[in-house]
Amino acid sequence: MTAALALGDDALVLSHRLGEWAGHAPVLEEEVALANIALDLLGQARVLLSLAGDEDELAYLREERAFRNVQLVEQPNGDFAHTIARQLYFSAYQQLLYEQLASGEGPFAGLAAKAVKEVAYHQDHAEHWTLRLGDGTDESHDRMQSAVDALWRFTGELFEPVEGVEIDWQSLRSGWLESVSAVLERATLTLPAGPQSGAWTAGAGRQGIHTEPFGRMIAEMQHLHRSHPGASW
Amino acid sequence: MVTGTGTLLEKELHRLAGSVPDPELPVLTLDELGVLRGVDVLAPGKVTVRLTPTYTGCPAIEAMSADIERVLHDHGIPEVSVVTVLSPAWSTDDISAEGRRKLAEFGIAPPRPHDATAPANGPVPLALSVRCPHCGSTDTELLSRFSSTACKALRRCVTCREPFDHFKEL
Repeated sequence: MTAALALGDDALVLSHRLGEWAGHAPVLEEEVALANIALDLLGQARVLLSLAGDEDELAYLREERAFRNVQLVEQPNGDFAHTIARQLYFSAYQQLLYEQLASGEGPFAGLAAKAVKEVAYHQDHAEHWTLRLGDGTDESHDRMQSAVDALWRFTGELFEPVEGVEIDWQSLRSGWLESVSAVLERATLTLPAGPQSGAWTAGAGRQGIHTEPFGRMIAEMQHLHRSHPGASW
Repeated sequence: MVTGTGTLLEKELHRLAGSVPDPELPVLTLDELGVLRGVDVLAPGKVTVRLTPTYTGCPAIEAMSADIERVLHDHGIPEVSVVTVLSPAWSTDDISAEGRRKLAEFGIAPPRPHDATAPANGPVPLALSVRCPHCGSTDTELLSRFSSTACKALRRCVTCREPFDHFKEL
């Protein structure tokens, strides 16, 4: 089931990336916040991947090319600004996507109606940090601007229709742009002007083409399960 | 599906399953938390319990399921299956009045009721003040929207200076 894999992989991969902050976040409250967001996403991933097959087999035994997540979510954490920019872009997308799915009657309506309330907190968190960093010191402003610029080329892929996801993609795109533009403006940041997908690789995660850091990420994510199948403790 | 109009046995089993304490907030029962959606007797000795998670990723759901199975086994039901239902989505409005009272007594500020006139899926509601569960002051501030479990936010009382957990609205 293409759609469940696409949405489930988005949630799983971003959850893993956020989990990498454990033990490294700038303050304890942020460590807890990022872990909470990761846990919400992992819960969504488990429901979605279970619609497509066995959740553990899908998460731990697929090769890189079989993952269908957008390239945005696999991007490395970078500095804190990069993590926040990635979260701002993704949460705004997921919020609008789940709102539309929740109002329909498809296979994702139940999950979407539940998860959209969780995502509201994720988006709120990303917005607050974008405002604080963008409208903070010169240093934080520059780093936040660099982060929103660097990740911009991965945002176009968010709006490529996914087979089996019955929503209005055009209104998702316009709603997303409106939401993100408003936050960046309030944060005294400039909306990136470049293309939303790169000429070279960006925009093929849904077809299984991933960026170079993703291979290392899933190697770490899958290592334990592959080395010790069925391990429990 | 049997809800509210169950047989006497279903009502009794619902009461038993509902009396199981929440694994992370043991002052509350599952019934008070509002996560028990129903008990169906499919055949003699064969029962399905419908449970809904507070948050999609809440890890406590596995402990809840195991506890319910144990309680119903002890009550002579050999075949118990606990299924997770997502729809309709759980809301903090599902926590009973008694549940709210116990939360406050336990030092956790209970969730505020949702404004029935606000649009669904609107922004996170923040307008009303949250009362300190220690001294009762309404002068409290948000430290973080995320705390020790998915369902709580971390706040501090400006009057008595004590930090406290707030069961945040969902």
